Amino acid sequence: MKPAEKAITWPQDIYDAFKKLGIRQVAYVPDAGHTQLIKSCHADKSMKAVSLTTEEEGVAMLAGTWLGGERGALLMQSSGAGNCINMLGIIQECRFPLLMLVTMRGEWGEFNPWQLPMGQSTADILGRAGSVVQHVDDAERVGETVFAGGQMTFSTGRPVAVLIGQRVVGFKDWSK
Amino acid sequence: MAKKPKTSLDRRVALGAILARRGDSLLVTGLGSTCYDAGTLDHPNTFYLWGGMGAAAMVGLGLALAQPKRQVIVATGDGEMLMALGAFATIGAQRPRNLAIVVMDNELYSETGMQPTHTSRGVDLAGIAKASGFARSGTVYNLKQLNASLPSLYMSQGPVFLAAKVTSQRYPMSIRYRDGTAIKNRFRENLLGFDKAYY
Repeated sequence: MKPAEKAITWPQDIYDAFKKLGIRQVAYVPDAGHTQLIKSCHADKSMKAVSLTTEEEGVAMLAGTWLGGERGALLMQSSGAGNCINMLGIIQECRFPLLMLVTMRGEWGEFNPWQLPMGQSTADILGRAGSVVQHVDDAERVGETVFAGGQMTFSTGRPVAVLIGQRVVGFKDWSK
Repeated sequence: MAKKPKTSLDRRVALGAILARRGDSLLVTGLGSTCYDAGTLDHPNTFYLWGGMGAAAMVGLGLALAQPKRQVIVATGDGEMLMALGAFATIGAQRPRNLAIVVMDNELYSETGMQPTHTSRGVDLAGIAKASGFARSGTVYNLKQLNASLPSLYMSQGPVFLAAKVTSQRYPMSIRYRDGTAIKNRFRENLLGFDKAYY
């Protein structure tokens, strides 16, 4: 079966992982890859979905979320990872948990050269800023990777970034 | 441009007046002078930021959403808030009723050599807050005006923004409590109780 014909379930798998983890606040800068997940979070009355102007706001916000006794997650595209760097210093110094879900651009089959500088350095940059980085390229493993990442960050107080590969998210075929 | 009113407010007198009414509300400070000012009035319900310039307002938003029954006050400086202009829009769109942001506005980057900030050049933070959808927004220049505006900070009809124009008076760094993990843990233990803070 071609990948295009397979039902896409990983956004729902992430939402299910959020429910199991007890996520109550979801901060995001929109990405096409997260469209369905963002919709699900807005529709859930037990969650507060907060649209940001820039990703670094979400890092600061989720520090406050944890201070107040709730759990949250930050959704972004790889181009937003660089915007977070200085704020990640707060996370590291205070040992705040932080669950970041990054949909990747600039890797598998990318057509836009402007996406490559950030996409190719996302894992390195987040790693150097103190985050655990877990890359997932298999759609069937996205949900479990998010759940495992959540367990790790909320138990250890170390930031965890789950990079959802462009192979999972899909790319535009410009040969057509 | 119209002539600016002269301010007579001292930053520590102003913050003292605000915190005298804090009750059980939660305080987040921005880095720099506001952190030191609040340190002279230390309280376990205070979370001090020593870094992450631009973070204070958004830390306040996450906290306000997590604790809807508690009033959350963010106290920070004009330089810090100018780095977080997007946060005005995000908070204005979210409209948390229990969040108030107070900027101690000396129109200077006083930590880094007293360079003027854009508020000295006519940029109006209260105007930005109003245009972003804050429920209340204002600027005060003296203690009488500040005292008159204090009830609105604690009324839970926010989000509220207040710019307190303060003089350029500087004070020594008067807080030694700067281990971020310790500050976070103290805050959570006090707010949530030991079991919930470390479960």
